[in-house]
Amino acid sequence: MSSQSFDVSHQLTPEKECMNQTAPKETLIGKRVPKLDAPEKATGLTRYIEDLKLPRMLYGKILFSDRPHARIVNIDTSAAEAMSGVRAVITAADIELVPFGFGRDNTAIKKDKVTCIRDEVAAVAADTPRIAAEAIKQIRVTYENLPVVTSTEEALADGAPIIHAGTPNNIPFQFDYSHGDIEQGIRGSDVILEDTYTLRRQAHCCLGTSGIIASFDADGRLTLHSLTQVPFLYKHDLSRIVGVAPEKIRVIQPPIGGGFGSKLDIHPFEPICVFLARATSRPVRLVFTREEEFLATPTRQPMVIHLKSGARKDGTFTFRDVRMLLDNGGRTSWGATTPWISMRTFSSLYRVPHVRQHVDVVYTTNPYACAFRGYGNPQATFALESQVDQLADALRMDPLELRLKNAQKPGETTGQGMVLGTCGLADCLTTAARNAAWEEKHKKPSATAACTAAQEHESSIVNRQPSIARGIGMASLFHVGGGAKIYRSDGCGTMLKLDDFGGVTVMTGSSEIGQGSETVIAQIVAEELGLPIGNIRVINNDTDLTPWDVGVHASRTTFIAGNSALRAARDARRKLVDAAAPRLKRKPEELDLQNGKVVDRSSGEPLESIGKIIRGLHFGRTKNELVMTTDFYEPPSTAPDERHMGNISPCYAFGTHVAEVEVDLDTGVVKVVRLCAAHDVGRVINRLGIEGQVEGGIAQGIGYCLTEELKVEDGRICNPSFTDYKILTATDLPEVNVSFIETHDPAGPHGAKGVGESPLIPVAPAIANAIYHATGVRMTELPLTPERVLAKLKEAREQETIND
Amino acid sequence: MSLVELAFVVNGEAVSVKVTPFVTLLEVLRDHLELTGTKYGCGEGECGACSVIMDGKVVNACLVLALDCEGAQVVTIEGLAANGMLHPLQQAFVDHGAIQCGFCTPGMIMTAYALLEANPSLTEDDIKRGLEGNLCRCTGYRKIVDAVLSLAEGGVS
Repeated sequence: MSSQSFDVSHQLTPEKECMNQTAPKETLIGKRVPKLDAPEKATGLTRYIEDLKLPRMLYGKILFSDRPHARIVNIDTSAAEAMSGVRAVITAADIELVPFGFGRDNTAIKKDKVTCIRDEVAAVAADTPRIAAEAIKQIRVTYENLPVVTSTEEALADGAPIIHAGTPNNIPFQFDYSHGDIEQGIRGSDVILEDTYTLRRQAHCCLGTSGIIASFDADGRLTLHSLTQVPFLYKHDLSRIVGVAPEKIRVIQPPIGGGFGSKLDIHPFEPICVFLARATSRPVRLVFTREEEFLATPTRQPMVIHLKSGARKDGTFTFRDVRMLLDNGGRTSWGATTPWISMRTFSSLYRVPHVRQHVDVVYTTNPYACAFRGYGNPQATFALESQVDQLADALRMDPLELRLKNAQKPGETTGQGMVLGTCGLADCLTTAARNAAWEEKHKKPSATAACTAAQEHESSIVNRQPSIARGIGMASLFHVGGGAKIYRSDGCGTMLKLDDFGGVTVMTGSSEIGQGSETVIAQIVAEELGLPIGNIRVINNDTDLTPWDVGVHASRTTFIAGNSALRAARDARRKLVDAAAPRLKRKPEELDLQNGKVVDRSSGEPLESIGKIIRGLHFGRTKNELVMTTDFYEPPSTAPDERHMGNISPCYAFGTHVAEVEVDLDTGVVKVVRLCAAHDVGRVINRLGIEGQVEGGIAQGIGYCLTEELKVEDGRICNPSFTDYKILTATDLPEVNVSFIETHDPAGPHGAKGVGESPLIPVAPAIANAIYHATGVRMTELPLTPERVLAKLKEAREQETIND
Repeated sequence: MSLVELAFVVNGEAVSVKVTPFVTLLEVLRDHLELTGTKYGCGEGECGACSVIMDGKVVNACLVLALDCEGAQVVTIEGLAANGMLHPLQQAFVDHGAIQCGFCTPGMIMTAYALLEANPSLTEDDIKRGLEGNLCRCTGYRKIVDAVLSLAEGGVS
């Protein structure tokens, strides 16, 4: 947090609110509150992992496999060990190999065999990063190549090489879900469509690369400066891998240069750094180069989704049958479980009586994937929302009307057992459509668009006009809005401490990865205690201080950490008011806390400073007390049963995006001109922060849709740099219009629901649907590069010619 | 390897360091001078996280050989705030919500600073084009552009 004073009060316009038909009260909720750590970040004073140095610290470096599938015959480290400045060289022979990862098929360093290009083979610790890098080059590994398995088809073919001995069929996991009866759904359908959608690898591209510092105390306690998003689970899981009792592990999270799900798993470099620190008895820092970041950190899960669905003539959805194939790569991370979230969109974005989903997670010798903002939902939503438009086309219905007809409604329980306390989907649909002038712009009948586009193209060549086709498309989303109870607890703890002067320290278990949770938590506490937000200090990065939390993921922090902070603040407020009442000769219910003062609730008249009440408790003549409260909030959600049924989250997020595109028919280049987003967020807590979440999510979504693909050929990564892997720049940005639908979820803090992941999810299908509207061409494989679009346009023109 | 003496001016202060001939300006700033506000994002001039001003122009510090800075005037993110007050551009980034994880922020601010110095009446398109070499993964750029625009002459504050 900033050492410089920073006053946000000038930002806050007083909002007139009626409280008991009385005095106006300023509220922080819904205001544009600048991020509390922004001044520190704006001045370059924030110290990220790469900026931290401990005394006598060494620098770690990893040797990764340079082939996708091979037996390790021999490793000769003698030349590296002989180098001046090299303090340790370790291989699998030097450590205890404890299997970890969701599939327990990974170890920190690999012993006998590598199963993907990035497998860790050896590591060094040296006096400088340059010496460490040089030492890595001196390690000689003798491999015996094994057959490369580059696709799920190859992995599932008869006689395919076995990648992991315990899994002879190369299918480590299968997931099945169903509700209703598919056959009955098929019989009741007037229209049935099926298609296959192919989703590729998106890299997180956090601007700060991955890193860690490991150091041991004299008494064997391990301190990790780690970028993990799940510090408490991390302690527990890492403990097993490195052989240090969890109670002796302290995780300190320095400010994190971007997360987006990438730091949900334990990655091999983390225990490796611990082993290096143990081997040298010195602190070791290991920070990736950008190339290592591309090569050796997992991506979004690549999937092939075969989707078949049906509807009655009037547009009522009848059934949905999904088969998903995951290219799991050579190791199993939490990425393998992304279908758990995919299936919730298939089952519950719309009312569908019959849904079935079968998932095969398949080993290949490709790089592996992990969690990434949306967690399987962007993939599912691309398939589903593309097909909803295909159904609309087949039914000759407006896609908006079809969606509205089938949209979930508040109070409903979905087929998968999710209870929708609030649901603003219909409002999201109509709001985004209205803002985008949908009715007017979608008029052009898309069924004939291909023909029109082709004809327009022909005439444009003759007339030398730019051959641009314009279109509009929409897609909606359904996501958890307050965590997902996958682990035994989905809770968060808060400890709140007031000093003698009205300063508040909030220790929250929830982690900050740039999304602005510390500001939202401070707003909630400041609001409850009637203190300026500048009085609130949030500590959220040290497991020795902060209470348990399951981690920052599943769009849960505002809802769950916010609820916990709210409850802890309410307790503190009660203590203050109860202490003030006898001093001021009022009843507690006649008092309020505002602007650092205890005030008369009805008149707003200031009666006493809050600091004075706190000091009265602390230094009382007869009784001495500090104002400290604690809370642990466990959401009222339930873990899914073995059939994946259950109310996994205490609330759910909805949204709709409408994209307007221009497709260059000569080059296949797609330009997103405008994007109108409407999100059901329950209630806005920090308007500045939530706009940033939505705008940033849209940018990542456009990248996922149009430009981003980590290319893998023969198990090797082809584009490990920002030159060859293209994320959006400032010039690629469309005009973005964002609306918030405030459904005031009764379970949320001030009615808020989560929004972190939502804005990325529907972007790609909205754009694909707009391309279809513009050209009549249905794009089913991401990213929608000019090559892919052009190929489809060409195919459509040839088809057109044959038909003519 | 023998060390070479390098003298230049950083944030108005004359500095002298002994460096190996192959180090970059980025390494000198971060490792020798502990000016860690300038970030390593890629080391290849692709992301702009290490943008600093050298003799009035934006450079990627990761691509500048330190010895080429002999006698140069370098301004880093640490050189903007003065007397405990944020520079107006830093304040604009704070107020407009242009900062999330913050890793790209120093480079983004230095580039924007140079853009505004070169042309106080920047348009939105000028800003977008000018910031094209600075990647941000969090914000979607909208609020960054708004922050810079608020300081352009005739811009919206």
